Amino acid sequence: MSWRDDWRRVRAVAMKDLTAERRSKSGLNAVTFLGVLVLMLFGFALGPDTESLREAATGAIWLAILFSGVLAFNRSYQLELDGGALEPLLLYPGSRWSIFAGKLLANLAFVGLVELIVIPVALVLFHVSIPDAWAAQLFVTLLGTIGFVTLGTFYAAMSSRSRSREVLLPLLLFPMMIPVLLGAVEASTSLLEGNVMRDAGAWIRMLLVYDVVFLAAALAVFEFVIEV
Amino acid sequence: MSRAEGVAVPRREVRWTTVGLVGLLLLVAAQAYGVLTSPPDRDMGHLQKIMYVHVPAAWNAMLAFLLVALASLRYLWKGRLADDLLAASAAEVGMLLTGLTLALGMIWGKPTWGIWWTWEPRLTSTAVLFFMFVAYLILRTFVDDAERRAQWSAVVGLLGALNVPIVYMSVRWWRTLHQMQSSPMTLDSSYTWPLRANAVALMLLMAYAVAHRYRSALMTQTAEELMDRLALKGTPGGSRA
Repeated sequence: MSWRDDWRRVRAVAMKDLTAERRSKSGLNAVTFLGVLVLMLFGFALGPDTESLREAATGAIWLAILFSGVLAFNRSYQLELDGGALEPLLLYPGSRWSIFAGKLLANLAFVGLVELIVIPVALVLFHVSIPDAWAAQLFVTLLGTIGFVTLGTFYAAMSSRSRSREVLLPLLLFPMMIPVLLGAVEASTSLLEGNVMRDAGAWIRMLLVYDVVFLAAALAVFEFVIEV
Repeated sequence: MSRAEGVAVPRREVRWTTVGLVGLLLLVAAQAYGVLTSPPDRDMGHLQKIMYVHVPAAWNAMLAFLLVALASLRYLWKGRLADDLLAASAAEVGMLLTGLTLALGMIWGKPTWGIWWTWEPRLTSTAVLFFMFVAYLILRTFVDDAERRAQWSAVVGLLGALNVPIVYMSVRWWRTLHQMQSSPMTLDSSYTWPLRANAVALMLLMAYAVAHRYRSALMTQTAEELMDRLALKGTPGGSRA
């Protein structure tokens, strides 16, 4: 019975965040625009050579998602902080991790929407054709996104309530993100090239392990970062 | 305030100074022994001697981060601010040792591999560890409330330390440029003893450094508490607003 209650709480938090986002829309527009902008900047920095653009495509996509995602995470607690609604939210009966899980789901949906726009744009800008292994590619993107959003949602719970939060979140998040970034970029690149030697499987396994470990850890210790 | 009670400056200063001195002497002796007795490596020549600091520094950095994890866990469990200060002290020393490991590795890598840096899992994950604990220490300066700082940094320290096994295993998981972990099994016996002695020496020095930082952090905290108490009483010290 309690499991069902927890799930209802998770869904309620997620729906609340998504509804607020849907009604304002300003967040999604700004974040997506930033993502596309980062892609353009990469294009300029790399120059017009088609081959080098294609090689750098996966890295550029992930960095664009990273930079635009960071904007989204602080926002996800901003609504509560501005309205003084965090304390009431914490006072509701039930487990604290459900707040984290709800925000995680909302952020996953949000970043997923951004990716839905940013990735096709990147494919066009960087002259990449849709790979044969597109299903595996989608899976890698999903794994990378889960790792990224888990850590982002978690660290934003701290950074959004501290001084100079704009600085703190990337400082905390980016070092922790390097394994995810590395795994996702390496796996996607080897899938794109159809190159067996680069061994996409090992990187996907690492992504899976990383996601499971840090999702479990974040759920377990979220209570400690939100209660003070 | 209840959490801050039980914080007292430990009277073990003499003992820790002895540990530090013994560590320093042993380090000098072990370095001299290693440099003078072990023959030049067949491939690397005397460049191999960097190993006597590089490897012990890496080992002890891991130990320091393990201490961060343990102290953080204990803080989350018991809520004593002293454990938070211990974790912070260990993180500082661990970060320094990781920095030393990276710097020496780069100095060794340039003549051996021909490059200062390569994006290889072992190197990358060590650099990640370094930046993670830099971020940990920056987080501490950004949060003013002591209890919140302790709680947050305990969590960040724990998640950071979760990366230590990933770093350690990275050489085994991916076949790469960096050699397997150096151990008595992989080394010629003439290198083992200097390496072990250096590791022990650096461990004593690390323990001394952590204890020293911890003690001064406790003293700072006690002083701040006294100031707060004075300010609450409205005695001079506090009334000058």
